[in-house]
Amino acid sequence: MGSEEKSRVGAQVITVSSGKGGVGKTTATANLGISLASLGKRVVVIDADIGLRNLDIIMGLENRIVYDLVDVVEGRSKLRQAMIKHKRFDDLFLIPAAQTRDKMSVSPEDMVQVTDDLRQECDYILIDSPAGIERGFRNALEPADEVLIVTNPEVSAVRDADRIIGLIEAAEKGPGKLIINRLKTDLVRKGEMLSSDDVYDILGLDIIGIIPEDELVLSASNSGVPVTLNMNSQAGLAFNNIARRIIGEDVPFMNLHGNPSLLRRFLRLFDGR
Amino acid sequence: MPEELFSIKGTNDGLLVSLSTTEKWQSVTDALAKRIDDKRAFFTGAKIIVELGARPVPKYELSSLKALLERRGLSLSLVRSDSDTTRQSARSLDIRTSRNSGRAASARKPSLGKPADADATGSRGVIFRRTLRSGRTIHSEGHVVVFGDVNAGAKVVAAGDIVIWGKLRGTVHAGALGDESAVVCALDMNPNQLRIASYIVTSPPGKRSDILPEVASIRDNQIVVESRD
Ligand SMILES: Nc1ncnc2c1ncn2[C@@H]1O[C@H](COP(=O)(O)OP(=O)(O)OP(=O)(O)O)[C@@H](O)[C@H]1O
Ligand SMILES: [Mg+2]
Repeated sequence: MGSEEKSRVGAQVITVSSGKGGVGKTTATANLGISLASLGKRVVVIDADIGLRNLDIIMGLENRIVYDLVDVVEGRSKLRQAMIKHKRFDDLFLIPAAQTRDKMSVSPEDMVQVTDDLRQECDYILIDSPAGIERGFRNALEPADEVLIVTNPEVSAVRDADRIIGLIEAAEKGPGKLIINRLKTDLVRKGEMLSSDDVYDILGLDIIGIIPEDELVLSASNSGVPVTLNMNSQAGLAFNNIARRIIGEDVPFMNLHGNPSLLRRFLRLFDGR
Repeated sequence: MPEELFSIKGTNDGLLVSLSTTEKWQSVTDALAKRIDDKRAFFTGAKIIVELGARPVPKYELSSLKALLERRGLSLSLVRSDSDTTRQSARSLDIRTSRNSGRAASARKPSLGKPADADATGSRGVIFRRTLRSGRTIHSEGHVVVFGDVNAGAKVVAAGDIVIWGKLRGTVHAGALGDESAVVCALDMNPNQLRIASYIVTSPPGKRSDILPEVASIRDNQIVVESRD
């Protein structure tokens, strides 16, 4: 615990992880990067999903890639050359993953080196992890000051999240905070989906945000303009709220339609700090 | 006889297996394999920490030990050694290593002194001070106390009793070496599977509404769960 107290200069490194794949890590990383940048922060997002890169696509930067993380680690490119500036935000950069290499071409120590080199020059470094508990996860975890665990409100995803939280705790990077993604309020009300209360009950971890299911997420990802930039998106708003909580604002939880006990739980949770 | 070849101790991080530094490698690993095969239920799924002292273990020997464990469903999570050769071998097999051994754990351990007339004495047991999450296991040749929940997908195996100061959702096996007098206690008893010695019960489907501390034990050849008042 208490990894925040570790002596740290400059940026905070936040790793976005999950147990199960496909729960929304990359979506969350892209949107939080954009939200933090729109709040005036200097942000670097790193795609640590070597071999399956897609953060660049979701951020609409795919066609600007010249060098990637593996090029930096293996000395073919300077760190600066691999940082791609976002089209809209001058202080938001992406370091893409390599598409053709495997996870073993980057080590946890490499990740610490890369983030240490960046810390002086930005406020937040977000790392998108690959799914699973293998090397890629270790790479993403090693430099982390804070870990966000994304889960969907489903039994199997929560079980896998529990597992990853155990590993995070064992690596003394815990306890981490939870993002519950793709919550469908109507299903929760009918008792067909786990509520955020249920998830909290199982995992016992602070919840930093709840993102509703929102079809705008997919179309936004396809067009390379993440959903936070869409004022009409509930999910976008929820990601924005998480970004504001990250920078220390006290943002009340959105009322996801009439689940009072849920709202109370979070008020309690956040009053405590 | 096997006691001289190796010893086994439960710890918070897994089963600590200390291998003799002097006996022949082959005899040591054979004996270990036999012990595991004899006590399969006790070992199942355990994380193993191997303590090798000063013995230099070449890569092929370490790799055969790793394979021996893995064939039996056990993972070699850490190698403790004072030998550079051994640590080198471990690293090249992608096994975590640490420099010796008892240094921190035993050298600084304060002594209780000898009680003149204690009601109970004993030393073996494990206390785990947080929630045991999915995929994690605790093994002990003594008792196990968990101050926290045992989540679904987590597992506790003990030769003695298991006491959980929290919710029990995972799998527990008390009396795993055959002790039918062993018990399991939890503040909220809702295990995936509960075993005592060779008896076994699985969780009844459906949620129970009442949450109260309960004790599971064997009576008349079956596992009974009851609250104590
Ligand atoms: N809140 C949401 N509402 C609707 N769809 C969503 C939401 N969040 C994510 N998705 C969709 O879920 C899919 C998986 O998302 P994403 O790629 O971010 O997951 P991931 O955890 O990064 O996956 P992987 O483990 O493969 O890296 C995408 O198609 C995305 O558009
Ligand atoms: Mg992804």
